[in-house]
Amino acid sequence: MTIKGKAYIAGIYEHPTRHAPDKSTAQLHAEVAKGAIEDAGISKDDVDGYFCAGDAPGGAWPMVDYLGLNTKKLRHVDSTETGGCSYIIHLGHAAEAIAAGKCSIALVTLAGKPRTGVMPPRAAGAEVDFESAYGATTHNAYGMCAMRHMHDYGTTSEQLAWIKVAASHHAQYNPHAMLKDVVTVEDVLNSPMISDPLHRMDCCVVSDGGGALIVTTPEIAKSLKKPLVRLIGHGEAMKGPRGGKDLDLTYSAGVWSGPRAFEEAGITPKDIKYASIYDSFTITVLMQLEDLGFCKKGEGGKFVADGNLISGVGKLPFNTDGGGLCSNHPVNRGGMTKILEAVRQLRGEAHPKVQVRNCDLAIAHGTGGLLGVRHAASTAILERV
Amino acid sequence: MSEAKKYPAPVTNPETAAFWDAAKQGKFMIKRCTACGEAHYFPRSICPFCYSDKTVWEQASGEGTIYTWSLMRKSPTGPYAIGYVTLKEGPSVQTNFVDCDLEKLKIGQKVKVVFKPTDGAPLPFFTPA
Repeated sequence: MTIKGKAYIAGIYEHPTRHAPDKSTAQLHAEVAKGAIEDAGISKDDVDGYFCAGDAPGGAWPMVDYLGLNTKKLRHVDSTETGGCSYIIHLGHAAEAIAAGKCSIALVTLAGKPRTGVMPPRAAGAEVDFESAYGATTHNAYGMCAMRHMHDYGTTSEQLAWIKVAASHHAQYNPHAMLKDVVTVEDVLNSPMISDPLHRMDCCVVSDGGGALIVTTPEIAKSLKKPLVRLIGHGEAMKGPRGGKDLDLTYSAGVWSGPRAFEEAGITPKDIKYASIYDSFTITVLMQLEDLGFCKKGEGGKFVADGNLISGVGKLPFNTDGGGLCSNHPVNRGGMTKILEAVRQLRGEAHPKVQVRNCDLAIAHGTGGLLGVRHAASTAILERV
Repeated sequence: MSEAKKYPAPVTNPETAAFWDAAKQGKFMIKRCTACGEAHYFPRSICPFCYSDKTVWEQASGEGTIYTWSLMRKSPTGPYAIGYVTLKEGPSVQTNFVDCDLEKLKIGQKVKVVFKPTDGAPLPFFTPA
Protein backbone atom coordinates (compact mmCIF):
# COMPACT_ATOMS: atom_id res chain seq x y z
CA MET A 1 0.00 0.00 0.00
CA THR A 2 1.18 3.50 -0.80
CA ILE A 3 -0.37 6.95 -1.04
CA LYS A 4 1.89 7.79 -3.97
CA GLY A 5 -0.11 9.78 -6.49
CA LYS A 6 -3.42 9.01 -4.79
CA ALA A 7 -4.13 12.53 -3.55
CA TYR A 8 -3.85 15.93 -5.21
CA ILE A 9 -3.71 19.40 -3.68
CA ALA A 10 -6.44 21.15 -5.62
CA GLY A 11 -6.91 24.28 -3.53
CA ILE A 12 -4.65 26.54 -1.49
CA TYR A 13 -5.06 29.81 0.34
CA GLU A 14 -2.79 31.90 2.52
CA HIS A 15 -4.37 34.67 4.55
CA PRO A 16 -2.74 37.98 3.59
CA THR A 17 -3.07 39.35 7.12
CA ARG A 18 -0.11 39.41 9.46
CA HIS A 19 -1.94 41.25 12.26
CA ALA A 20 -5.64 40.69 12.85
CA PRO A 21 -6.82 42.31 16.11
CA ASP A 22 -10.16 42.99 14.42
CA LYS A 23 -10.94 39.34 13.65
CA SER A 24 -11.74 36.23 15.67
CA THR A 25 -9.63 33.08 15.41
CA ALA A 26 -12.61 31.07 14.17
CA GLN A 27 -13.27 33.78 11.61
CA LEU A 28 -9.71 33.46 10.28
CA HIS A 29 -10.27 29.70 9.93
CA ALA A 30 -13.46 30.41 7.95
CA GLU A 31 -11.70 32.96 5.75
CA VAL A 32 -8.88 30.56 4.84
CA ALA A 33 -11.36 27.70 4.31
CA LYS A 34 -13.37 29.90 1.95
CA GLY A 35 -10.19 30.95 0.16
CA ALA A 36 -9.00 27.38 -0.46
CA ILE A 37 -12.48 26.18 -1.50
CA GLU A 38 -12.74 29.03 -4.02
CA ASP A 39 -9.20 28.42 -5.25
CA ALA A 40 -10.12 24.79 -5.96
CA GLY A 41 -13.40 25.80 -7.59
CA ILE A 42 -15.55 23.54 -5.44
CA SER A 43 -18.43 24.18 -3.03
CA LYS A 44 -18.11 23.95 0.74
CA ASP A 45 -20.94 21.44 0.59
CA ASP A 46 -18.65 19.07 -1.35
CA VAL A 47 -16.19 18.81 1.56
CA ASP A 48 -16.40 15.36 3.15
CA GLY A 49 -13.21 15.37 5.22
CA TYR A 50 -11.98 17.98 7.73
CA PHE A 51 -8.54 18.25 9.31
CA CYS A 52 -7.47 20.68 12.02
CA ALA A 53 -4.97 20.89 14.89
CA GLY A 54 -4.66 22.55 18.27
CA ASP A 55 -5.14 26.05 16.86
CA ALA A 56 -8.77 25.35 15.87
CA PRO A 57 -11.02 26.80 18.61
CA GLY A 58 -12.67 23.92 20.45
CA GLY A 59 -11.31 21.26 18.11
CA ALA A 60 -12.92 19.47 15.18
CA TRP A 61 -16.59 19.30 16.04
CA PRO A 62 -17.08 22.97 17.02
CA MET A 63 -15.13 23.95 13.88
CA VAL A 64 -17.15 21.70 11.57
CA ASP A 65 -20.28 23.33 12.97
CA TYR A 66 -18.93 26.89 12.87
CA LEU A 67 -17.64 26.48 9.32
CA GLY A 68 -21.07 25.27 8.22
CA LEU A 69 -19.65 22.14 6.62
CA ASN A 70 -22.16 19.72 5.17
CA THR A 71 -22.63 17.24 8.01
CA LYS A 72 -24.75 14.95 5.85
CA LYS A 73 -21.68 14.49 3.68
CA LEU A 74 -18.75 14.94 6.09
CA ARG A 75 -17.50 11.45 6.90
CA HIS A 76 -13.88 11.79 8.00
CA VAL A 77 -12.22 14.03 10.61
CA ASP A 78 -8.66 14.13 11.96
CA SER A 79 -7.39 16.51 14.63
CA THR A 80 -3.83 15.22 14.89
CA GLU A 81 -1.88 17.76 16.92
CA THR A 82 1.86 17.85 16.38
CA GLY A 83 2.52 21.58 16.65
CA GLY A 84 3.87 23.37 13.61
CA CYS A 85 4.08 20.29 11.39
CA SER A 86 0.47 19.22 12.08
CA TYR A 87 -0.66 20.35 8.63
CA ILE A 88 2.03 18.38 6.79
CA ILE A 89 0.90 15.34 8.77
CA HIS A 90 -2.72 16.22 7.90
CA LEU A 91 -1.79 16.24 4.22
CA GLY A 92 -0.46 12.70 4.52
CA HIS A 93 -3.42 11.55 6.57
CA ALA A 94 -5.81 13.11 4.07
CA ALA A 95 -4.07 11.15 1.31
CA GLU A 96 -4.41 7.96 3.36
CA ALA A 97 -8.11 8.61 3.92
CA ILE A 98 -8.63 9.38 0.23
CA ALA A 99 -6.71 6.27 -0.83
CA ALA A 100 -8.85 4.20 1.54
CA GLY A 101 -12.06 5.72 0.21
CA LYS A 102 -12.89 7.38 3.53
CA CYS A 103 -13.29 10.84 1.98
CA SER A 104 -12.84 12.48 -1.40
CA ILE A 105 -12.47 16.20 -0.70
CA ALA A 106 -10.54 17.09 2.45
CA LEU A 107 -10.24 20.57 3.93
CA VAL A 108 -7.27 21.42 6.19
CA THR A 109 -7.27 24.72 8.08
CA LEU A 110 -4.81 26.62 10.27
CA ALA A 111 -5.36 30.08 11.77
CA GLY A 112 -4.69 32.13 14.87
CA LYS A 113 -3.49 35.36 16.41
CA PRO A 114 -0.33 35.07 18.51
CA ARG A 115 0.69 38.60 17.49
CA THR A 116 -2.55 40.01 18.87
CA GLY A 117 -2.67 38.08 22.13
CA VAL A 118 -1.37 35.24 24.22
CA MET A 119 -1.95 31.75 22.85
CA PRO A 120 -3.81 29.23 25.02
CA PRO A 121 -1.39 26.90 26.85
CA ARG A 122 -0.85 23.32 25.72
CA ALA A 123 -1.91 20.55 28.12
CA ALA A 124 1.01 19.40 30.29
CA GLY A 125 2.85 16.16 29.56
CA ALA A 126 4.22 13.62 32.04
CA GLU A 127 7.49 15.60 32.14
CA VAL A 128 5.88 18.73 33.61
CA ASP A 129 7.37 18.64 37.14
CA PHE A 130 10.81 17.77 35.78
CA GLU A 131 11.02 20.44 33.10
CA SER A 132 8.51 23.28 33.30
CA ALA A 133 10.43 25.27 35.93
CA TYR A 134 13.48 25.47 33.64
CA GLY A 135 11.76 27.76 31.17
CA ALA A 136 12.27 25.97 27.87
CA THR A 137 10.94 28.36 25.24
CA THR A 138 11.29 28.10 21.50
CA HIS A 139 14.32 30.41 21.54
CA ASN A 140 16.44 28.59 24.09
CA ALA A 141 15.36 25.08 23.06
CA TYR A 142 16.65 25.79 19.54
CA GLY A 143 19.59 27.68 21.02
CA MET A 144 20.63 24.48 22.81
CA CYS A 145 20.60 22.61 19.48
CA ALA A 146 22.65 25.30 17.77
CA MET A 147 25.16 25.40 20.64
CA ARG A 148 25.77 21.66 20.45
CA HIS A 149 25.81 21.64 16.62
CA MET A 150 28.53 24.31 16.71
CA HIS A 151 30.45 22.28 19.30
CA ASP A 152 30.26 18.99 17.41
CA TYR A 153 30.60 20.22 13.83
CA GLY A 154 32.16 23.67 13.93
CA THR A 155 29.04 25.32 12.55
CA THR A 156 29.28 29.11 12.79
CA SER A 157 26.91 32.02 13.35
CA GLU A 158 27.98 33.34 9.93
CA GLN A 159 26.79 30.14 8.29
CA LEU A 160 23.46 30.27 10.13
CA ALA A 161 23.09 33.90 9.08
CA TRP A 162 23.16 32.90 5.40
CA ILE A 163 19.80 31.19 5.92
CA LYS A 164 18.21 34.46 7.03
CA VAL A 165 19.98 36.30 4.21
CA ALA A 166 18.48 33.92 1.64
CA ALA A 167 14.99 34.25 3.14
CA SER A 168 15.27 38.03 3.03
CA HIS A 169 16.28 37.97 -0.64
CA HIS A 170 13.01 36.15 -1.35
CA ALA A 171 10.83 38.22 1.00
CA GLN A 172 11.59 41.45 -0.85
CA TYR A 173 9.24 40.23 -3.60
CA ASN A 174 6.40 39.19 -1.28
CA PRO A 175 4.05 42.16 -0.76
CA HIS A 176 2.59 40.53 2.34
CA ALA A 177 5.93 39.75 4.01
CA MET A 178 6.44 41.32 7.45
CA LEU A 179 10.15 41.91 6.83
CA LYS A 180 10.88 42.95 3.25
CA ASP A 181 14.36 44.40 3.67
CA VAL A 182 17.27 42.40 2.27
CA VAL A 183 19.75 41.78 5.08
CA THR A 184 23.42 40.80 5.15
CA VAL A 185 25.36 38.29 7.23
CA GLU A 186 26.71 41.26 9.22
CA ASP A 187 23.16 42.50 9.92
CA VAL A 188 22.29 39.12 11.43
CA LEU A 189 25.47 38.95 13.52
CA ASN A 190 24.97 42.52 14.73
CA SER A 191 21.37 41.93 15.81
CA PRO A 192 20.94 41.43 19.58
CA MET A 193 21.72 38.03 21.08
CA ILE A 194 18.40 36.54 22.21
CA SER A 195 19.36 33.09 23.46
CA ASP A 196 22.94 32.02 22.80
CA PRO A 197 23.98 31.45 20.08
CA LEU A 198 20.84 32.71 18.32
CA HIS A 199 20.52 36.38 17.41
CA ARG A 200 17.25 38.17 16.87
CA MET A 201 17.58 37.71 13.11
CA ASP A 202 18.07 33.97 13.57
CA CYS A 203 14.47 33.93 14.85
CA CYS A 204 11.25 33.89 12.85
CA VAL A 205 8.56 36.54 13.07
CA VAL A 206 5.44 36.32 15.22
CA SER A 207 2.35 36.81 13.09
CA ASP A 208 -1.39 36.38 13.00
CA GLY A 209 -2.92 34.70 9.99
CA GLY A 210 -3.51 31.27 8.60
CA GLY A 211 -3.83 29.04 5.58
CA ALA A 212 -5.84 26.18 4.15
CA LEU A 213 -5.64 23.28 1.71
CA ILE A 214 -8.07 21.24 -0.33
CA VAL A 215 -6.84 17.69 -0.88
CA THR A 216 -8.76 15.46 -3.26
CA THR A 217 -8.78 12.42 -5.54
CA PRO A 218 -6.96 12.33 -8.90
CA GLU A 219 -10.31 12.20 -10.71
CA ILE A 220 -11.78 15.24 -8.98
CA ALA A 221 -8.51 17.21 -9.28
CA LYS A 222 -8.45 16.56 -13.03
CA SER A 223 -12.03 17.83 -13.33
CA LEU A 224 -11.01 21.19 -11.80
CA LYS A 225 -9.14 24.05 -13.46
CA LYS A 226 -5.97 24.33 -11.39
CA PRO A 227 -2.53 23.01 -12.42
CA LEU A 228 -2.19 19.47 -11.09
CA VAL A 229 -0.05 18.94 -8.00
CA ARG A 230 0.03 15.57 -6.28
CA LEU A 231 1.53 14.03 -3.18
CA ILE A 232 3.97 11.24 -4.05
CA GLY A 233 5.67 10.63 -0.73
CA HIS A 234 5.00 11.31 2.92
CA GLY A 235 6.68 10.64 6.23
CA GLU A 236 6.16 11.45 9.87
CA ALA A 237 8.23 10.81 12.98
CA MET A 238 8.80 11.91 16.56
CA LYS A 239 11.85 12.33 18.77
CA GLY A 240 12.52 13.17 22.40
CA PRO A 241 15.12 12.64 25.12
CA ARG A 242 13.55 9.21 25.89
CA GLY A 243 14.78 8.82 29.42
CA GLY A 244 17.93 10.84 28.75
CA LYS A 245 19.83 7.99 27.05
CA ASP A 246 22.36 8.96 24.35
CA LEU A 247 21.03 12.51 24.09
CA ASP A 248 21.88 14.02 20.70
CA LEU A 249 20.35 17.38 19.89
CA THR A 250 22.19 17.75 16.58
CA TYR A 251 19.60 15.83 14.60
CA SER A 252 15.81 15.94 14.36
CA ALA A 253 13.06 13.42 13.67
CA GLY A 254 13.52 14.47 10.03
CA VAL A 255 16.18 11.76 9.81
CA TRP A 256 13.27 9.30 9.89
CA SER A 257 10.40 11.20 8.25
CA GLY A 258 12.57 12.29 5.31
CA PRO A 259 13.78 8.86 4.13
CA ARG A 260 10.24 7.48 4.55
CA ALA A 261 8.91 10.15 2.22
CA PHE A 262 11.74 9.86 -0.33
CA GLU A 263 11.42 6.08 -0.41
CA GLU A 264 7.71 6.27 -1.05
CA ALA A 265 8.22 8.88 -3.77
CA GLY A 266 11.01 6.85 -5.35
CA ILE A 267 13.27 9.88 -5.68
CA THR A 268 16.29 11.31 -3.85
CA PRO A 269 17.09 14.77 -2.48
CA LYS A 270 19.09 15.45 -5.67
CA ASP A 271 15.84 15.38 -7.66
CA ILE A 272 14.22 18.18 -5.62
CA LYS A 273 13.95 21.52 -7.45
CA TYR A 274 12.45 23.56 -4.62
CA ALA A 275 12.44 23.08 -0.84
CA SER A 276 10.05 24.51 1.74
CA ILE A 277 11.87 23.94 5.02
CA TYR A 278 10.40 25.03 8.34
CA ASP A 279 12.41 28.01 9.51
CA SER A 280 11.32 28.76 13.05
CA PHE A 281 15.01 29.55 13.52
CA THR A 282 18.00 29.43 11.20
CA ILE A 283 19.31 26.34 13.01
CA THR A 284 16.01 24.57 12.29
CA VAL A 285 16.68 24.85 8.56
CA LEU A 286 20.31 23.80 8.81
CA MET A 287 19.57 20.68 10.85
CA GLN A 288 16.65 19.65 8.67
CA LEU A 289 18.62 20.03 5.43
CA GLU A 290 21.18 17.63 6.88
CA ASP A 291 18.54 15.27 8.24
CA LEU A 292 16.70 15.14 4.91
CA GLY A 293 19.91 14.24 3.11
CA PHE A 294 20.55 17.43 1.13
CA CYS A 295 24.03 17.28 2.60
CA LYS A 296 25.90 15.13 5.11
CA LYS A 297 25.39 15.55 8.86
CA GLY A 298 27.62 18.35 10.06
CA GLU A 299 28.04 19.90 6.60
CA GLY A 300 24.89 22.02 6.73
CA GLY A 301 26.91 25.13 7.50
CA LYS A 302 28.90 24.85 4.29
CA PHE A 303 25.78 23.89 2.35
CA VAL A 304 23.76 27.00 3.26
CA ALA A 305 26.64 29.49 2.92
CA ASP A 306 27.23 31.87 0.03
CA GLY A 307 23.63 32.08 -1.11
CA ASN A 308 23.11 28.40 -1.90
CA LEU A 309 19.47 28.69 -0.78
CA ILE A 310 18.69 31.80 -2.89
CA SER A 311 16.45 31.20 -5.90
CA GLY A 312 18.33 31.82 -9.15
CA VAL A 313 21.66 31.90 -7.30
CA GLY A 314 22.13 28.68 -5.35
CA LYS A 315 21.55 25.01 -5.91
CA LEU A 316 18.56 24.61 -3.57
CA PRO A 317 16.03 27.46 -3.65
CA PHE A 318 14.17 27.45 -0.34
CA ASN A 319 11.23 29.31 1.20
CA THR A 320 10.74 31.62 -1.76
CA ASP A 321 7.89 33.43 0.02
CA GLY A 322 10.36 34.65 2.65
CA GLY A 323 9.31 31.88 5.03
CA GLY A 324 8.85 32.25 8.74
CA LEU A 325 12.08 34.23 9.02
CA CYS A 326 10.65 37.11 6.96
CA SER A 327 7.08 36.62 5.69
CA ASN A 328 4.87 35.09 8.38
CA HIS A 329 4.54 32.36 10.96
CA PRO A 330 0.81 32.09 11.55
CA VAL A 331 -0.06 30.74 15.01
CA ASN A 332 3.67 30.03 15.60
CA ARG A 333 3.16 27.05 13.28
CA GLY A 334 5.04 27.00 10.00
CA GLY A 335 3.90 23.74 8.43
CA MET A 336 0.95 25.08 6.45
CA THR A 337 2.80 27.92 4.74
CA LYS A 338 5.53 25.45 3.76
CA ILE A 339 3.01 23.43 1.77
CA LEU A 340 1.42 26.54 0.27
CA GLU A 341 4.64 27.94 -1.22
CA ALA A 342 5.65 24.50 -2.50
CA VAL A 343 2.31 24.24 -4.33
CA ARG A 344 2.75 27.77 -5.76
CA GLN A 345 6.17 26.79 -7.06
CA LEU A 346 4.83 23.61 -8.67
CA ARG A 347 1.91 25.51 -10.20
CA GLY A 348 4.25 28.21 -11.49
CA GLU A 349 2.44 30.76 -9.32
CA ALA A 350 5.39 31.95 -7.23
CA HIS A 351 6.61 35.50 -7.74
CA PRO A 352 8.42 35.65 -11.11
CA LYS A 353 11.60 36.85 -9.39
CA VAL A 354 11.76 33.69 -7.28
CA GLN A 355 9.90 31.16 -9.43
CA VAL A 356 12.08 28.09 -9.98
CA ARG A 357 12.22 27.18 -13.66
CA ASN A 358 10.70 23.86 -14.63
CA CYS A 359 9.79 23.16 -11.03
CA ASP A 360 8.36 19.65 -11.10
CA LEU A 361 9.42 18.20 -7.73
CA ALA A 362 9.27 19.98 -4.38
CA ILE A 363 9.56 19.08 -0.73
CA ALA A 364 7.64 20.59 2.18
CA HIS A 365 9.10 19.65 5.53
CA GLY A 366 8.44 20.82 9.05
CA THR A 367 8.82 20.11 12.72
CA GLY A 368 6.50 20.74 15.64
CA GLY A 369 7.21 21.16 19.33
CA LEU A 370 10.71 22.00 20.51
CA LEU A 371 13.67 20.61 18.59
CA GLY A 372 15.80 20.76 21.73
CA VAL A 373 13.27 18.96 23.90
CA ARG A 374 10.72 16.76 22.13
CA HIS A 375 9.19 17.21 18.74
CA ALA A 376 7.46 15.75 15.68
CA ALA A 377 8.53 16.03 12.05
CA SER A 378 6.75 15.51 8.78
CA THR A 379 7.91 15.44 5.17
CA ALA A 380 5.79 15.75 2.04
CA ILE A 381 7.08 15.28 -1.49
CA LEU A 382 4.98 16.94 -4.14
CA GLU A 383 5.00 16.58 -7.90
CA ARG A 384 3.61 18.66 -10.73
CA VAL A 385 1.75 16.35 -13.08
CA MET B 1 19.65 36.87 39.45
CA SER B 2 18.14 33.39 39.63
CA GLU B 3 18.38 33.37 43.47
CA ALA B 4 15.47 35.77 43.70
CA LYS B 5 13.47 33.81 41.17
CA LYS B 6 10.34 32.05 42.42
CA TYR B 7 10.05 28.54 41.07
CA PRO B 8 6.75 26.65 40.78
CA ALA B 9 6.17 23.86 43.26
CA PRO B 10 6.04 20.39 41.68
CA VAL B 11 2.51 19.03 41.53
CA THR B 12 3.84 15.46 42.01
CA ASN B 13 1.91 12.24 41.41
CA PRO B 14 2.02 8.65 42.70
CA GLU B 15 4.62 7.66 40.11
CA THR B 16 7.10 10.39 41.07
CA ALA B 17 6.30 11.16 44.74
CA ALA B 18 9.39 9.27 45.99
CA PHE B 19 11.63 11.54 43.90
CA TRP B 20 10.23 14.65 45.58
CA ASP B 21 10.29 13.11 49.05
CA ALA B 22 13.99 12.37 48.53
CA ALA B 23 14.57 15.89 47.19
CA LYS B 24 13.33 17.22 50.53
CA GLN B 25 16.25 15.27 52.09
CA GLY B 26 18.67 16.78 49.55
CA LYS B 27 18.91 13.54 47.58
CA PHE B 28 18.83 13.49 43.77
CA MET B 29 17.22 10.27 42.60
CA ILE B 30 17.12 8.49 39.26
CA LYS B 31 15.40 5.29 38.27
CA ARG B 32 17.25 2.16 37.18
CA CYS B 33 15.79 -0.91 35.54
CA THR B 34 16.94 -4.13 37.18
CA ALA B 35 15.98 -6.12 34.07
CA CYS B 36 18.10 -4.31 31.46
CA GLY B 37 20.36 -2.37 33.81
CA GLU B 38 19.70 1.03 32.19
CA ALA B 39 19.18 4.21 34.23
CA HIS B 40 16.71 6.84 33.05
CA TYR B 41 15.39 10.33 33.89
CA PHE B 42 12.77 11.70 34.52
CA PRO B 43 11.56 8.71 36.53
CA ARG B 44 8.99 6.28 35.17
CA SER B 45 7.58 3.09 36.67
CA ILE B 46 7.93 1.18 33.39
CA CYS B 47 11.43 1.16 31.88
CA PRO B 48 11.31 3.21 28.63
CA PHE B 49 13.99 0.96 27.12
CA CYS B 50 12.85 -2.62 27.81
CA TYR B 51 9.33 -2.12 29.22
CA SER B 52 10.10 -4.06 32.37
CA ASP B 53 8.25 -2.91 35.48
CA LYS B 54 11.28 -3.82 37.61
CA THR B 55 12.52 -0.25 38.02
CA VAL B 56 14.06 0.87 41.31
CA TRP B 57 15.04 4.20 42.83
CA GLU B 58 18.74 4.96 43.03
CA GLN B 59 20.44 7.94 44.58
CA ALA B 60 22.55 9.60 41.89
CA SER B 61 25.91 11.20 42.59
CA GLY B 62 24.51 14.54 41.47
CA GLU B 63 27.61 14.98 39.31
CA GLY B 64 27.74 15.39 35.58
CA THR B 65 28.93 17.44 32.62
CA ILE B 66 27.20 20.10 30.54
CA TYR B 67 25.91 18.57 27.27
CA THR B 68 24.60 21.90 25.95
CA TRP B 69 23.26 25.21 27.22
CA SER B 70 21.67 28.44 26.07
CA LEU B 71 21.56 31.73 27.93
CA MET B 72 18.10 33.24 27.53
CA ARG B 73 18.78 36.96 27.59
CA LYS B 74 15.29 38.27 26.91
CA SER B 75 12.99 37.21 29.70
CA PRO B 76 10.58 39.14 31.93
CA THR B 77 12.07 37.38 34.98
CA GLY B 78 15.67 38.09 34.00
CA PRO B 79 18.31 36.09 32.12
CA TYR B 80 18.56 32.37 32.81
CA ALA B 81 20.60 29.52 31.38
CA ILE B 82 18.85 26.34 30.35
CA GLY B 83 20.72 23.22 29.37
CA TYR B 84 21.20 19.49 29.64
CA VAL B 85 23.56 17.77 32.04
CA THR B 86 24.79 14.26 31.31
CA LEU B 87 24.90 12.57 34.70
CA LYS B 88 27.79 10.35 35.76
CA GLU B 89 25.23 7.54 35.82
CA GLY B 90 24.39 8.07 32.13
CA PRO B 91 21.08 9.86 31.61
CA SER B 92 20.98 13.46 30.42
CA VAL B 93 18.64 15.79 32.31
CA GLN B 94 17.15 19.14 31.47
CA THR B 95 17.97 21.87 34.00
CA ASN B 96 18.99 25.46 34.63
CA PHE B 97 22.48 26.49 35.65
CA VAL B 98 22.60 28.67 38.78
CA ASP B 99 24.94 30.42 41.24
CA CYS B 100 27.60 31.17 38.63
CA ASP B 101 28.60 33.51 35.79
CA LEU B 102 26.13 32.41 33.12
CA GLU B 103 28.29 33.90 30.35
CA LYS B 104 31.10 31.48 31.15
CA LEU B 105 29.30 28.16 30.82
CA LYS B 106 31.03 25.62 28.57
CA ILE B 107 30.00 22.35 27.00
CA GLY B 108 31.87 19.59 28.84
CA GLN B 109 32.15 21.59 32.06
CA LYS B 110 31.75 19.61 35.30
CA VAL B 111 28.67 20.49 37.34
CA LYS B 112 26.87 19.25 40.45
CA VAL B 113 23.29 19.28 41.62
CA VAL B 114 21.95 21.95 43.96
CA PHE B 115 18.37 22.16 45.21
CA LYS B 116 16.35 25.39 45.26
CA PRO B 117 13.26 25.85 47.42
CA THR B 118 9.69 26.19 46.18
CA ASP B 119 6.43 26.33 48.11
CA GLY B 120 6.49 22.52 47.86
CA ALA B 121 9.37 20.11 47.26
CA PRO B 122 12.70 21.67 46.24
CA LEU B 123 13.78 21.56 42.57
CA PRO B 124 17.12 20.28 41.28
CA PHE B 125 19.45 22.70 39.48
CA PHE B 126 23.11 22.47 38.54
CA THR B 127 26.10 24.65 39.32
CA PRO B 128 29.80 24.39 38.38
CA ALA B 129 31.53 21.68 40.46
